[in-house]
Amino acid sequence: MITVNKRDQIPWEEGMTVARLLERMNYTYPHLIVAINGAVVPHDAYAEWPVQDGDDVRVIHMIAGG
Amino acid sequence: MKAVTRNVLAEFDYTVPTIERGYTNQTLYVNVGNGEIKAKPVTEEMKLKFTGGKGFDLWLLWHAVKDTTRWHDPENEIVISTGPCGGITQYPGSGKSLVTTISPTTDIVTDCNTGGHFGPYLKFAGWDAIELQGIAERDVVVVVDAIRGKVTIEEMPEAPKDTHLLGAWLTEVLAEKPEDRYYIATVTSGQAAEHSLLGVLNFSLFDRKRNDLRYKQAARGGPGTVFRHKRILALVVRSRPFDGKTNNPADLARLARVGADMQREVAKWDPVQNRMRNRGTPYLVGIMSDYDLLPVHNHKFGGHPKAHAINGAYWESRFTQDLPDGCWYGCTVACAHAVDGFELKTGPYKGQKVIVDGPEYETAAGVGTNCGIFDGDAILEINFYCDTYGIDTISYGATVAFLMECYEAGILDKEKTEGLELRFGNAEASLELLHRIAAGTPFGKIAGMGVHKLKAYLIEHYGADAQFVHDIGMENKGMEYSMYIAKESLAQQGGYALTNKGPQHDEAWLIFMDQVNNQIPTFEDKAEALHYFPLFRTWFGLCGFCKLPWNDVVDPKNALSDEPHKIPHHVQNYVDIFSAVTGREITKEDIIHMSERVYNFQRVFNIRLGKGLREHDMPPYRALGPVTEEEYLSRQERYDKQLREWLGLDPSTMTLQEKMAAHRKYRYERYEMLMDAVYERRGWTRNGVPTLEKLQELGIDYPEVVEVVKKHL
Repeated sequence: MITVNKRDQIPWEEGMTVARLLERMNYTYPHLIVAINGAVVPHDAYAEWPVQDGDDVRVIHMIAGG
Repeated sequence: MKAVTRNVLAEFDYTVPTIERGYTNQTLYVNVGNGEIKAKPVTEEMKLKFTGGKGFDLWLLWHAVKDTTRWHDPENEIVISTGPCGGITQYPGSGKSLVTTISPTTDIVTDCNTGGHFGPYLKFAGWDAIELQGIAERDVVVVVDAIRGKVTIEEMPEAPKDTHLLGAWLTEVLAEKPEDRYYIATVTSGQAAEHSLLGVLNFSLFDRKRNDLRYKQAARGGPGTVFRHKRILALVVRSRPFDGKTNNPADLARLARVGADMQREVAKWDPVQNRMRNRGTPYLVGIMSDYDLLPVHNHKFGGHPKAHAINGAYWESRFTQDLPDGCWYGCTVACAHAVDGFELKTGPYKGQKVIVDGPEYETAAGVGTNCGIFDGDAILEINFYCDTYGIDTISYGATVAFLMECYEAGILDKEKTEGLELRFGNAEASLELLHRIAAGTPFGKIAGMGVHKLKAYLIEHYGADAQFVHDIGMENKGMEYSMYIAKESLAQQGGYALTNKGPQHDEAWLIFMDQVNNQIPTFEDKAEALHYFPLFRTWFGLCGFCKLPWNDVVDPKNALSDEPHKIPHHVQNYVDIFSAVTGREITKEDIIHMSERVYNFQRVFNIRLGKGLREHDMPPYRALGPVTEEEYLSRQERYDKQLREWLGLDPSTMTLQEKMAAHRKYRYERYEMLMDAVYERRGWTRNGVPTLEKLQELGIDYPEVVEVVKKHL
């Protein structure tokens, strides 16, 4: 199980990447900060960056309205 | 210069002063009722305590009106000011005008932050602010002419009324040669503002690439209605050519350095982030639907499968590309897009090809999805007519959506709506209603009152169920909600209703921080956010800034900062710019302190006018939770889960009505707790009144301010 934003419990999948996790969450906003267990993941590495079972993932949407 | 009849009713000669560190040190007073025109000095106290922009507006308005003044009284004013940083060309989004008046829909102060060239040009013409007071006997145009050193109140009987004609007409009248047109800026409304309380002010900018005028709107709270009630057809400023030194900053090199860094940041990161330069704000339509935050059918729902028919890619395909779409010189964020050559299909201008400014996200959601309209052409046509007629697209969308729900609920029928079938999705009916508001038909005038007054009307005249219309009428303090679903974000519920002017998202937009990112889980966290962000964002309006460059394009290095949601390196940019312009060295903490003075002053102003207390900060239930069975059932899995996890209830043993009642009780209790936490953090009493200690701490314990507050302590 993966914890997203200290709240949502998401079942882990074999070979899961950051990009796949964002797809599962339907997080379509393009301007994100993703950190796994406290370490920031580079934006251009989401497609390959692995997510491990039990990871604590923070996904911060950098958006604050008009 | 076009030859037309110009009857000068009053005039005032002046010498344009040199701007000193962002200030001209004088404001302009114009009374269109008695013809008085005069200059007033800007005191050091004003600059120190109220900074400029909205701060100056509020200070001037406070001294102009009485406790009993309402929007239509002659002493009510429209005050417009940029701020000390307004008119700089080095940093994106630095040309804003702040507009303040007593609102016809809220009966308290409303304020708007708009683009266009007027604010900077007014300053370049020698004035830090302008007050418009009185009511003229006939339609007048106020002209501030820096070239001739003259302010005039004039009759121009040949002038058209609607903005897209009037702005262009005035520009041709006042420009002595074609290149002068760039240095003329107009403020206008339109014929619908004469029949509706939702009147907007259009601020022009001459677009040299298009060789035509475009307009940005000061929209919320009906300033256009006040303008036309004063019989002001237009306010025009004719400025001199300017450059990056015209604002005369104290430290030009520092300003240039910060500006250059930011311009590089925009150029590098916007193409891979929000792509504001290509799509502007309506890219949010599809995204908001994905997160269940897009208002659909009068805020019943947060998304719709058809939303992606009008998403960012769609608008990118409609907007004319490769033009510098900034609304002030030097803005590389350039989000102010337009559709050129749009052929109108309805109304008095049917068949004409026009420029449609926008739509912005709020317009696409307001007159579109919230009314069940997912047709891009219809949204553009409503957008155009709202602008030229002088109607706020957000309030119009919220009002039409409210009427549509009332129609579908049986409160209204064709007999009551002059034959209009006001069902969700009926774009033709929405457009026809807009034309009728402009024409001032009986139902057009009723609809033009806006949601707050419509609720009372429907209850009194049509026997509407009071609780139902209060639950679904998306307004607070008399202002219609802007376009985000707040049901699942307690912080945003406060971000909307715990505001000074009403539920406009420009004070605090915390949905993602709260609902999605879960960054502010406790009441204390939410209260802190509802302290910090409204104050931080207030500061933009004191100085003449746009909010968008703060956080709509950001170097990824921000992710490694201590507080990435505040964008610390951009906050530092603003510290540097203000210090460089004014020569007054400030810190990040000073930004909050400067705003806190003005924010509390506005709160006391509201109390003085009869609102501004706890009872006025209560939202309609639809902003908190599901009002109808249809809403509950549409997200039943979520709501049932919340009953189990939040309240320890077993939804399988409850009726639908019991489940809805449990949600309502819980959600209102949580909102009341939020109010307590926020008021405490802001230094207010449980009734939402700033304490004497807070006023003293802020240095605004003027006797007349204390007098207002004392009655409520």
